[in-house]
Amino acid sequence: MTAATGPFGSTTAPLRFPPSLGGVAGTSFKHEHLAAILASGPRRGFFEVHAENYMGAGGPPHRALEAIRRDHPLSLHGVCMSIGGPQPLDKTHLSRFRDLVARYQPALVSEHLAWSTHDNGFFNDLLPLPYTEATLRLVCDHIDQMQEAIRQPILLENPSTYLAFVESTIGESDFIRSVAERTGCGLLLDINNVFVSATNHGFSALDYLNDFPLSRVGEIHLAGHAEQTDYEGDLLLIDSHDGPVADAVWKLYDIVVQRRGAVPTLIEWDSKIPDWPVLQAEAAAAQTILDRYHPSARTGDRHVA
Amino acid sequence: MSLERGLSYAAAFASALLDPARLAPQIVTGPNGKAAGKRYDVYRNNVTVSLIEALAAIYPAVQRLTGPDFFRAMARFHVRSTPPTTPLLFDYGHDFPAFIAQYEHARSMPWLADVARIERAWLDAYHAADAAPLRPEQLAAVAPERLGDLVFTPHPAARVVRSPFSAVTIFAANRDTSPVGRIDAGRPEDALVTRMEFDVVVRHLPPGGAVFATSLMSGVPLGEAAALALAAAADFDIASNIAGLIEAGAFTSISSGDA
Amino acid sequence: MSAKIAVTTLVLAGAMSTALATLAAAGPLTKAEAEAAMAAKKEKCFGVALKGQNDCAAGPGTTCQGTSTVDFQGNAWKFVQGGTCTSIELPGGKKGSLKPV
Repeated sequence: MTAATGPFGSTTAPLRFPPSLGGVAGTSFKHEHLAAILASGPRRGFFEVHAENYMGAGGPPHRALEAIRRDHPLSLHGVCMSIGGPQPLDKTHLSRFRDLVARYQPALVSEHLAWSTHDNGFFNDLLPLPYTEATLRLVCDHIDQMQEAIRQPILLENPSTYLAFVESTIGESDFIRSVAERTGCGLLLDINNVFVSATNHGFSALDYLNDFPLSRVGEIHLAGHAEQTDYEGDLLLIDSHDGPVADAVWKLYDIVVQRRGAVPTLIEWDSKIPDWPVLQAEAAAAQTILDRYHPSARTGDRHVA
Repeated sequence: MSLERGLSYAAAFASALLDPARLAPQIVTGPNGKAAGKRYDVYRNNVTVSLIEALAAIYPAVQRLTGPDFFRAMARFHVRSTPPTTPLLFDYGHDFPAFIAQYEHARSMPWLADVARIERAWLDAYHAADAAPLRPEQLAAVAPERLGDLVFTPHPAARVVRSPFSAVTIFAANRDTSPVGRIDAGRPEDALVTRMEFDVVVRHLPPGGAVFATSLMSGVPLGEAAALALAAAADFDIASNIAGLIEAGAFTSISSGDA
Repeated sequence: MSAKIAVTTLVLAGAMSTALATLAAAGPLTKAEAEAAMAAKKEKCFGVALKGQNDCAAGPGTTCQGTSTVDFQGNAWKFVQGGTCTSIELPGGKKGSLKPV
């Protein structure tokens, strides 16, 4: 294996976060919006994509991402690293990820506290893990490995979950805090996930956020969810990303921004994707909240090197 | 694989994900000790639905031909028996055409698997590496006596799909939402799939064209490939097939066989 | 079954010069030209079956979301007619059908 020689120097240099995006709102990038985005020209904000969808050799996906990246900061959101799974990380996937980071120089790189691959099977869903000392060591090892591969820290996203593991001994926010302290990674706080999990497990979303290490949060996700019921008739929220952000989630977001300060905030909309102006309007709503608490962010986001 | 104690959760959790007949694993629970029940089924549902939808995105013409309910039932069988082995979803479904070919409920549509093969080739071409196609000037520079030994390098996007049915016509008629007229499925059709720049294009090959193209793409020299094509189809037209393949961008370079 | 037909240098050279002349003379066929060629059943031509469908057939992407579509079905066969396959005729006049055979 050749040593990573990227913009972040030799393998012994400490990992550095890229310059902060500041308090800007962005959206998922969907190819059906490409023409509308390019037609309206460069704009404040950023775009986030799933890293795996750009791991093909060539063709239109890369052309679209290059066109977007030319004028906008990019957030690379990994979905399939299976950081929370017991088996070793896929070396091939790690090197594909490293190549993508080198090619597109993203401002943010994130992954999930979840797993999706077991043995040879890839399940295409973010599956949950128990929170124990054993899984804490495992997750830290995997994050160390990923950060080493891409030569920059990642942001780890809190999951939305529908059930719990009997064997769990650590609370989720404690688990996440320990991971961040041990690995130096940042955190991606998905506030819709907090709300979905709080409802599904019957805990208070505010209590969770009180426990959450907000100072380590480098990005916030907001998304819509769907309401179903379980077999006993209790409300069960599905993290479906197929509609506008719920009012309750906006309220939690307002509280978090007030406490944490302005951080890049993404509107995730992945199913039943609306026309570009609708998605843009959701991002504008987040931007309004960011600017309310940090009006200076209007002009002073970009660091001067 | 030997695992540290406390790391068997994934095997236990995964065991019933693709099998609706199995109970939720004992290691998970709902809130306040109630059964995981529907909550485990949400994960089962996410896995099954997202993978069925992945197949639907790769095989839109197959879905239009069968209708969505038939398609989902067929895809559900395949997803559960053959889940992806790679996290790159655009690479999923390579086994689906073979599955369709032996799927008992699709027997009355013997052309369906070949339509699926064209759709899979389409997505391969879409994601294939970028490469500049062979230019006619490069061929013009070859001395006539070297033509017979000329070897062609295939473009990374180029694929040939052969069918004893009218698979190309059926594919083209069902790949969008325009009305489908009556189609005679009985004419054998071969497809050439290429990508020039960023547009994937599917062409219907003339008689002998598939033998010629696949021979050249596998490194058979031009003279021998032309002979094989003529043996396969007496009315094979060398000139129009060379022109067609070059225009389609099927190759990236040429070399003399002895080089 | 192997090819016994020899293709001479003369034949190849002639074909190549015709091919190059064709390529030099004509740009790529327009959609209308391609459809006209196919309609005329010019069997010796490369027919363009489909192009320019990239935006609506870009294939699947990964998901990081749950789905609100509920599909808890077992492997039960559910027969529902709804596709275009009924307009496709097999030799012998047999049409495509969704009925299990």
